[in-house]
Amino acid sequence: MQYESPDTLEAAAKLLASATDARILAGGTDLLVQMRAEVLSPSLVIDIKKVTETRTIKEENGGFRIGAAVTGAELKEHPKLRSVWPGLVEAANLIGSTQVQGRCTMGGNLCNGSPAADSVPALIAAGAVATVVGPNGRRDIKVEDVMLAPRKLALTKGEIIASFFLPARGAHASDAYLRFIPRTEMDIAVVGCAVSLALDASGTCTAARMSLGAVAARPLLVADAAKALIGSKIDDAALTKLEAAARAACTPIDDKRGTKEFRIDVAGVLAKRTALIALERARKK
Amino acid sequence: MQERVKSPKFDIIGTRPIRPDGADKVTGRAKFGADHKIAGQLVGKVLRSPHPHARIKSINIAKALALAGVKAVVTREDFKEQSPEFIPAGEMLVNYRDVLRNVLAREKVLYEGHAVAAVAATSETIARQALKLIEVAYEVLPHVINEVEAMKPGAPIVEDGMITAGVTPPPTTPSNVAKRVEFTLGDVAKGFKDADVIIEREFNTKPVHQGYIEPHACVASVSEDGTAELWTTTQGHWIARAHCAKLLGWDITKLRVTSSEIGGGFGGKTVVYMEPLALALSQKSHRPVKMVMSREEVFRASGPTSGANIWVKIGAKKDGRIVAGEAILKYQAGCFQGSPVQPGCMCAFAPYDLENVKVVGYDVLSNRPKVAAYRAPGGPISEYAVESVVDELAATLKIDPIELRLKNAAKEGTKAAYGPKFGPVGLVECLEAAKNSPHWKAPLGKNQGRGMASGFWFNIGGETTVSLQLNEDGTLTLMVGTPDIGGLRASLAMMAAEELKVPYAKVRPIIADTSSLGYNFLTGGSRATFSSGMATVEAARSIIKQASGRAAKLWEIPEDAVSFENGEFRPAGDNAGKHKPMTLADIAKVAGKTGGSIVGYAAISAQGAAPSFGVHIADTEVDPETGKLTVTRYTAIQDAGKAIHPSYVEGQFQGGAAQGIGWALSEEYIYGADGKLQNAGFLDYRIPVASDLPMLDTIIIEVPNPRHPYGVRGIGETPIIPPMAAIAAAACKATGVRMFELPMSPPKVLKAMKDAKAGKKA
Ligand SMILES: Cc1cc2nc3c(=O)[nH]c(=O)nc-3n(C[C@H](O)[C@H](O)[C@H](O)COP(=O)(O)OP(=O)(O)OC[C@H]3O[C@@H](n4cnc5c(N)ncnc54)[C@H](O)[C@@H]3O)c2cc1C
Repeated sequence: MQYESPDTLEAAAKLLASATDARILAGGTDLLVQMRAEVLSPSLVIDIKKVTETRTIKEENGGFRIGAAVTGAELKEHPKLRSVWPGLVEAANLIGSTQVQGRCTMGGNLCNGSPAADSVPALIAAGAVATVVGPNGRRDIKVEDVMLAPRKLALTKGEIIASFFLPARGAHASDAYLRFIPRTEMDIAVVGCAVSLALDASGTCTAARMSLGAVAARPLLVADAAKALIGSKIDDAALTKLEAAARAACTPIDDKRGTKEFRIDVAGVLAKRTALIALERARKK
Repeated sequence: MQERVKSPKFDIIGTRPIRPDGADKVTGRAKFGADHKIAGQLVGKVLRSPHPHARIKSINIAKALALAGVKAVVTREDFKEQSPEFIPAGEMLVNYRDVLRNVLAREKVLYEGHAVAAVAATSETIARQALKLIEVAYEVLPHVINEVEAMKPGAPIVEDGMITAGVTPPPTTPSNVAKRVEFTLGDVAKGFKDADVIIEREFNTKPVHQGYIEPHACVASVSEDGTAELWTTTQGHWIARAHCAKLLGWDITKLRVTSSEIGGGFGGKTVVYMEPLALALSQKSHRPVKMVMSREEVFRASGPTSGANIWVKIGAKKDGRIVAGEAILKYQAGCFQGSPVQPGCMCAFAPYDLENVKVVGYDVLSNRPKVAAYRAPGGPISEYAVESVVDELAATLKIDPIELRLKNAAKEGTKAAYGPKFGPVGLVECLEAAKNSPHWKAPLGKNQGRGMASGFWFNIGGETTVSLQLNEDGTLTLMVGTPDIGGLRASLAMMAAEELKVPYAKVRPIIADTSSLGYNFLTGGSRATFSSGMATVEAARSIIKQASGRAAKLWEIPEDAVSFENGEFRPAGDNAGKHKPMTLADIAKVAGKTGGSIVGYAAISAQGAAPSFGVHIADTEVDPETGKLTVTRYTAIQDAGKAIHPSYVEGQFQGGAAQGIGWALSEEYIYGADGKLQNAGFLDYRIPVASDLPMLDTIIIEVPNPRHPYGVRGIGETPIIPPMAAIAAAACKATGVRMFELPMSPPKVLKAMKDAKAGKKA
């Protein structure tokens, strides 16, 4: 096995395109586990942590650009990010334990290709856009379009996620993420739910996005959730519509982590609970 | 022997000194199974079956052997056939035909993960490559996983030709039922006729794994002269020695086994898996061989305990007096006979003083790993079912569940359904303590419920040998042969120090290897503090006797004219005051000149083990929208006889409760239709993590065991028995529905709550 740690993403992309079984290494909390379990045995591992742009958080056009290899712990420590995107930071901080937090990244969380990844619904709800670097240059892609199916991404050969861009936030806007796990930590989401919303001065919802994880082959952007919330004061009637929209969007499977019926039920429950937390936070802003 | 129990004034017993093995364990210096290394060692790896059930047509190892770096391969060809009779191995009866087949498959693979071959190579990478080069031709057979399915006519037969034992006349057709057992007392039909209320319920439980953090690991080194050393993580190195010597056809004396520190066993490290393979590989390769299981291998191929189907029927009078109890237990054995259904039957109704009991058990094979002992093997399953029905009985009769149990509690003189009459036992004391505990009286919050349950376990004694050396400076070295899993060394050093009236720190205990001491049965059956403690006391008393003899010699007075008081040897009787008293250290200094080294040796078969009863109280809170149950408060109360080191007694109570909470709420072996285990890892095999548990409170009850010098009872196993029923009872209060299946995972609880609501509406 060969290990490379180039200084630029362009060089990394070239390397990645050069071998069929090459892999990007960010925090390694998925990759190394899979290599130990012999699920993957790449001949080339390309560490992107030496590339500055993957490791920095900066403010850009009123929003934030977060490097794909920024760790969960670093997201939490950023002085501003947590107050503007509390739900996203919370979601990323749910990954693993304190030890895992020191390594795990949102780029890895997304590119590992699990429908249950915790930070992905939060990125989708936030309207995040991924900047991708490949052998043929750079392009932007909405996070909800990155994952196609378990372990299958819309990235083409040699493409690497460089960073995520989070758009500017107005007043009275916030987000939240909740997941259901049978334990209290060190577990994988049976259902994950992220809601991001904005209110006008009167408290009427002007923008809303909801994303669900672990209830379909990929994290979902639930379009009907926006319809349920926008224009309402997020009252009981709107929440009932939201709950129904969440349940209708689910196409889960029965598996060792939960039944179809259970996932659909819980998706509705979490949709309401998450929306209420986001609402509470938005009102306080 | 009971003199100390009657006047319990101790200097050291009952205090909480730091354990002798503590510093090395918290600094990482202690050597666990995988920490042992020998120069030149090879890496051993096991090839495992991908099928739950298949006939092995051929195994071709040529390509693997040809790979550079591969030094040896072993298969079924390398082991001689063993007799199918149960023969004594130490104090156990062992069927070596089955032990052999579990170590390495012969005619058939019987579960996914069953060992088929093993390789030794110069690196892990080469060993893994070699496994891929072994060609095994399988004829895949239909499999059966569930125990109820396995009992049906027409089910795939796991062991060809197996005829059920314990049935007269014997059946003429083979089945997956290895054995039927029955325990009866009185006449249940008559008892049920007298009952005002009868409750009859069926329960299902899933197999759960012991979940020790340290995976199985060993290093074997076979010398050119045929002698061998084995270092392994085990609960019983004498047992490991017996099994390995038998399977390899060696004289026992040629094999010296050293037990490493052990990172949890809970019964699961009482069997051999890789040890015979490592020895065989070392013999073939002429190099030491180290083998370590991965976590996945631990789950797939080492023993969980049984899943089971249990039917319970209990009849009672209106006043709560139970008049009859009946149960049918169907326990999974895994792929070889030997589920713990017999102890399960024996303890099912043990907490009750009943006249009419009938319990029937079936030992059922299926295509799963062979079960291994797990903390009170068999007890948690049957007692969960019985205690759950007793809770329902209390609710039906509108009697407080503690009062109902007090009314029926087993006590001194009660004849247990499995035979013996109890001596002094502490169930009533535990129930009273529960009733008076702050926990039982505390108010409950919204969506919360409280439940309680009791539990019983036998405990054992058995063959035990210790050696206690008085060193020349008056310190002592204690050699013990029962591996220290839960603070044993501390407890034994305390007993020795108490007897000899020396400071605790002057006694240094070690766990000796199999060539350094006489036979020791394993650490299991909650026997180690009881048995090794008894032997330690005997060895200490022998030292006092020998030291008295030395003083007598020096003083030229008869030996019986020397007394030992407050740590001093004194001339007594007519000679009182005529000589200067001597301490043990004074005598140690002159031991060489007065007859040589002073060593206390005790080789005993410890008799008089006494059962331990416990009562647990659990509060749970349900999230009514997701069905998730959280344990919000917990108290474990148990009779310890005498708590030598209370912290380690409490630790056992808490550990058993934590494992029981996992069993109740989240742990289970999950199989697909393909017969393969789907959750062979800590992510999806859900052991509670620290944040899942509340502080587990403990109350130690002490009803001394009159047959032990310090009143000790075994306490390690009872704490895993009450949690499942206590939590189920609490969950019933919190959710309004009674669950009859473990684990009570959120999807099941939510569905039960939804169904109950729908039922009410309809
Ligand atoms: C103990 C433990 C607990 C965990 N708990 C959780 C949890 O609660 N929730 C959860 O969602 N996950 C959990 N995980 C999984 C894992 O930690 C997360 O998915 C994490 O975000 C992965 O990030 P990483 O940087 O370590 O990824 P890596 O392992 O470095 O990479 C993961 C995959 O993505 C690819 N990749 C990484 N970065 C890029 C990039 N920039 N561009 C293209 N491809 C890339 C890699 O090639 C690899 O295939 C847990 C893992 C462990 C070991």
